[in-house]
Amino acid sequence: MDLLRTSQLCKSFGDTHAVDHVDFAVAAGEVLALIGSNGAGKTTLINVISGLIRPDSGRVDFQGTDITGASVHHKIALGIARSFQLVNLFDQLSVRDNVTLAIFSREGRTRRLFSLADADSAVRDEGAVVLKEFGLEARGSALAGGLSQGERKLLDVAVAYALRPRLLFLDEPTSGVSTREKAPIMDIITQVVRSGGITAVIVEHDMDVVFTYCPRIVAMHQGAILADGTPEQIRNNAQVTANMLGTTG
Amino acid sequence: MTTTAPRRTLAWAAPVLAALIALPFVVPPYQTVLLTYGLVFAIAALGFNLLLGYTGLLSFGHSAYFGMGAYAVAFIVKYAKLESMEAFLLGGVLASGAVAAVFGVLCVRYTKIFFGILTLALSQVLWSLAFKFFWVTGGSDGLRVPTPTLLGGAVRAGSDKFEFLSHRYYFYVLAVFVVAVALMWVIVHSPFGKALQAIRDNETRAEFVGVQVWHYRWVAFLISGMFTGLAGALWVPLNGLTTPDILHWTFSGKIVFFTVLGGFQTFFGPIVGAVIFNYLETYAVGHTVYWQMVLGIVLVALVLVLPAGIVGTVRRLLARPVRAV
Amino acid sequence: MDILVVHLLNALLYASVMFLIAGGLSLIYGVMRIVNLAHGNLYAFGAYVTAWAVGRALGTATEASLWLYAILPVGAVAAALLGALLEPTLLRPLYRRAEEYQLLITFGLLLILEDVMRLLWGPYPLQASALYEALGSFTIGESIYPSYNLVVIMVGGAAAAGLWAFVYRTQFGVVLRATSQNMRMASALGVNVNRVYVRAFTLGCFMAGLAGAVIVPQQGAVLGMGVDALILAFVVVVIGGLGSLEGALIGALMVGLVREAGITLFPEIELAVLYLMAAIVLLIRPAGILGRA
Repeated sequence: MDLLRTSQLCKSFGDTHAVDHVDFAVAAGEVLALIGSNGAGKTTLINVISGLIRPDSGRVDFQGTDITGASVHHKIALGIARSFQLVNLFDQLSVRDNVTLAIFSREGRTRRLFSLADADSAVRDEGAVVLKEFGLEARGSALAGGLSQGERKLLDVAVAYALRPRLLFLDEPTSGVSTREKAPIMDIITQVVRSGGITAVIVEHDMDVVFTYCPRIVAMHQGAILADGTPEQIRNNAQVTANMLGTTG
Repeated sequence: MTTTAPRRTLAWAAPVLAALIALPFVVPPYQTVLLTYGLVFAIAALGFNLLLGYTGLLSFGHSAYFGMGAYAVAFIVKYAKLESMEAFLLGGVLASGAVAAVFGVLCVRYTKIFFGILTLALSQVLWSLAFKFFWVTGGSDGLRVPTPTLLGGAVRAGSDKFEFLSHRYYFYVLAVFVVAVALMWVIVHSPFGKALQAIRDNETRAEFVGVQVWHYRWVAFLISGMFTGLAGALWVPLNGLTTPDILHWTFSGKIVFFTVLGGFQTFFGPIVGAVIFNYLETYAVGHTVYWQMVLGIVLVALVLVLPAGIVGTVRRLLARPVRAV
Repeated sequence: MDILVVHLLNALLYASVMFLIAGGLSLIYGVMRIVNLAHGNLYAFGAYVTAWAVGRALGTATEASLWLYAILPVGAVAAALLGALLEPTLLRPLYRRAEEYQLLITFGLLLILEDVMRLLWGPYPLQASALYEALGSFTIGESIYPSYNLVVIMVGGAAAAGLWAFVYRTQFGVVLRATSQNMRMASALGVNVNRVYVRAFTLGCFMAGLAGAVIVPQQGAVLGMGVDALILAFVVVVIGGLGSLEGALIGALMVGLVREAGITLFPEIELAVLYLMAAIVLLIRPAGILGRA
């Protein structure tokens, strides 16, 4: 059984069919890239699946259960998490607090009013482990708002990861970051995803990143899936190269 | 929100507390009573700032909870014929909590602007009700409240009311103040408090981390209302009287003002702001009838020039030498 | 039947005033994304200035000659000038800052204006009733209805039409709409955003001031009318949606009708009915009927 499956998923904004009858399936343990030019519908697809917006029609199944109309809260409880293209962090909280908040939330401990957050050693320790995995342990006390763009992108993913999801959507995890920094970020992400047994869907524009890190690539164009296959297959797909990749792969 | 380690905070808080305890033996009774008012407003500010500084919600209707606390006390005197301060506190907190629970359901769903106006409008409704139901509330004359008995009747006022207020009542308020501060400190440093700050910083991400924004805002609203209601309950025996003025939006404005004055991005800022404002109001009110204009001008100046407020600015100034090294 | 017409006219009267105030608020928000908490006080300011000017012009005379009506708009102009002064000085520095600061500074402005009006005109209400009475009344069936109310309704209607034409038919209207939809883009295309902002703000304040100016002969200017108007303007905007002029019109009409029905049928709870209406709309449609906040 697929971990995630969408059936004829549709979302339009006025006349624009951002997501046009999309049938999309992800198996457990996969790491796949979602590519497409701007406006192809990648982020909208993620927004619909993760619950930020409601679809017009169609269905989303997670582990066999229909989650199309489920709330964001419910989806997170089921194990779906996401990071954001435009970094979404708690800027006035420390890096450590950003991560431990996700852990507290996951454990249902955000209800606790009368105990000090810093006193919870289990959560604190787990937070430290996550920060270490993402290479951010040195910046633990810094405010999230004061980090460099690369660090912010990593933290954005770390917060989603701290929810220990089954399925993780990464929306352009290396956008806005210098080319030099992209590989280290992707190395960390793939390492973390693999060791955690997390299924990952990565939206990316940088084709070098895509071909290097993702064994499966799904290409979208104007709201529909254009192609779905291995890097070799995608590279050789004439429609994909015409629409997205320019003249050379 | 800048947070200091508990140890550093205790380092300066302990002497301050000692000074507060020693105060009635050192200064004239009038000054002690004046500070009691300051401490009461500080508790209100503490409650108010849970919403503003920690949850990012600016309420223009907190007079509703202060007033509810005050009137609850007056009703307990009038209808239940009780004089126990403990009954007053319980009644005040419950009444203001009930109102906050209901108002919170309406207000807390909305964007900052609508939230602000809705809180303002609802408190005005309460204010107009205080006039309309004059046979219950005493209308514009208000209701008198005699000096209460403290600690379950163990401590009574005796013949000298002023002496009672400046000593026994002062210590009572001080004790409640310390408990309130400690309680609020724990709340804002708890996982719940972190969740509130996350909501303040990024509502969408908070939702995507599994924090149900509406729910947490409502709880914050409730706690905020109860703290402010507690302040109202402590205030009315001091004042001897509660009138609809305390429900009017101008009083809400004062709460906003002294919180911003002290610095709403710090824990202790609102406390300092409330105490300072109390002195300003007492000593300046005789000088001008255009009191609102003074508040307005200072508020505008604060926003343009000193947005961190007094405590926030002092912190920044103190932090600089460390960085230079 | 004629009673019904009277009620309808009353509703339209109220709606006209509310449209001007709420429309001004919505216009400013639509273009600049700011909410001026002192907006109601600009309405009050317009009322006071007009009442004062009429009082001065009238002198000791008790009869109003027709040319006095020409003085009515002075309140609107005064409010507009005040707005033109305030936007660049107090609001512009805050556009990049968090929204709380905007609310705080406009709240400070509200406090200042309240006392400025007290300072200038004292704590007692100011009347301009000569203008109201001079037009007399006319009969509808068996009822008598003040003619001045029709003036207010006409002003409201003319304002709605004029505003629509301005926003949708003039060049500046195009610039206004472009800036409200995408400020950065408009700026990149060469629009002087600062100028658009101050003009939009001035126009919004003009509308609020006009509302005050036109209603003051009927109800006088009194301290505290600003905050009451602000709350009611928000009820309108909650129903119609913040940022939409059409919404402000619909909201104003609905508020006018409900209020008129409320005070006729249940005089005790009139205010509560309006707040209840707003609460219901907020609960089922947070963005209002037409809004895009």
